Amino acid sequence: MTYAAQSGHPGGSLSVTDLLTALVFHELKIDPTRVDWPERDRLVLSKGHASPALYAALSLRGFLPREELASFRKLGSRLQGHVDRTKLPCIEASTGCLGQGIGMAVGMALNARLRRADYRTYAILGDGECQAGPTWEALMAGGHYRLSNLVAILDRNGLETDGTTESIMGIEPIADKFRAFRYHTIEIDGHDFPQILSALDEARRTTDGPTAIVAKTVKGKGVSFMEGKHQFHGKAPNKAEAEQALAELARVPEARA
Amino acid sequence: MSAVLGKAESLRDAYGKALVELGEKDPELVVMDADLSGSTRTILFGQKFPDRFFNVGVMEPTMMSIAAGLALQGRRVYASTFAVFAAGQAYNFVRQSICYNRANVKIVATHGGLLVGPDGGTHQIVEDIGLMRGLPGMTVIVPSDAPTTRAATFAVAERDGPAYVRLTRENLPTVTDGSFAIGKAAELRSGSDLTIVAVGALVARGLEVAEELAQVGISTRVLDLASVKPFDAPALLRAARDTGAILVLEEHSVLTGVGALVAATTSENYPVPVRRVGVPDVFGESGDGWALLDRYGMSRERIRDEAWELLKVRGKVQ
Repeated sequence: MTYAAQSGHPGGSLSVTDLLTALVFHELKIDPTRVDWPERDRLVLSKGHASPALYAALSLRGFLPREELASFRKLGSRLQGHVDRTKLPCIEASTGCLGQGIGMAVGMALNARLRRADYRTYAILGDGECQAGPTWEALMAGGHYRLSNLVAILDRNGLETDGTTESIMGIEPIADKFRAFRYHTIEIDGHDFPQILSALDEARRTTDGPTAIVAKTVKGKGVSFMEGKHQFHGKAPNKAEAEQALAELARVPEARA
Repeated sequence: MSAVLGKAESLRDAYGKALVELGEKDPELVVMDADLSGSTRTILFGQKFPDRFFNVGVMEPTMMSIAAGLALQGRRVYASTFAVFAAGQAYNFVRQSICYNRANVKIVATHGGLLVGPDGGTHQIVEDIGLMRGLPGMTVIVPSDAPTTRAATFAVAERDGPAYVRLTRENLPTVTDGSFAIGKAAELRSGSDLTIVAVGALVARGLEVAEELAQVGISTRVLDLASVKPFDAPALLRAARDTGAILVLEEHSVLTGVGALVAATTSENYPVPVRRVGVPDVFGESGDGWALLDRYGMSRERIRDEAWELLKVRGKVQ
């Protein structure tokens, strides 16, 4: 997708792909035939630049035709550079400018409580986004209201546009920060499915407040020349790179699917 | 005070009381505030409906995101704080979380403009109308009195989509009959020599100057353009045709406010001389609010002088 568009954010899309896979194919109560089902779980991609990963997952789950993925970032497409609910109805919240999705997720979780609805709200945060003050405002609100129906998942790939988060503006100790904001905090390997699923189960069993899952991930996961490279935060691969990347992703080892 | 003006009343109280009525009618209505509920008067709603009132503290940007998240689930949400925080501090959150998402959030911002007074220039936002008017899909209302505030609070509820209502800290004399409608200008005084288009606190001053001008035989039409977006272009262009000159009064920067809107609209459709009375390209300072209006170029004398300039240009006076 990013190759076809010759723009986009491959690195942070690949780091969050396993988390999204677990959510979209296992955890979330969603139904492609009823996009506006009131009881569906809500997923907010606060790091809206990881849109390619979400579009791909939603497409495989039946929410949009696979051919449409080629339109990503092109004029007239529903697949905007950053996810857009007004164009693509299966998106819960338009995001892109950081530090806002988590606040919207708090609003959705509050609504569920007011309505005594059973749906749960999941927000996926980037780690660069944790440098933004409003992220913590929203997290504070989720903790204050003890929103046990809210799960904040941090894609802790360690890199942002200009380099490592810790060299630019360190966010560690990040798990302690979530704990201090009254989140039941679970630290996992964000590419290990048993760990991801177990953390999501634990979140569902947590009834006295919100849960944070700090998922350690690898930026550019699965593509040798992208892994751990901040240069592929907001840069598309060229033709040779794209071919190599797809070949490498196609022979992903182990029985991960 | 001139005989043309009614009793001074609090716009904020009118808003708070209207919210309580709305809350009774709509059990889904949620109100939010950012630690200023006593000043914005959302506390009236909070006392009556504590379960549907969220005072989130000093986090105005995130208040807008939470409001959007609630609204996207089908709720009507009112969010209040001072204008400098609603439009200034939270701008990109209003832009993305609310407007870009087409979330049904009504932002009612109090303490707009210089009439904030003693708090000083940090808190006297004179850019908010321009900021909010520029957002796609945003409705912008600047009530001139308590009855219009009440009517506007109800009117934005009926209109789907985001809205920004700018209120004033000071009590304002009643100048309308409260028959406000979105998209309609209120003609508060008929006239044929000149039109004064005004918003907010300066509508009353416009009426006073119109009365003074009448004493010397000048017939001045006064339009209250409380509905800034959408605005009543037909009424504005009728005024341009009928009176040939327009004076705009606003407690806002002349660079990006209602004066700019009126000048652009007339010059594209029916060019007539337009003059703008408002805040020049400067920040305010501490002081009595009404004295600040005088100091920063919005005194009755200044309004009269600008009116006179327009009348001279039109050859109606020497």
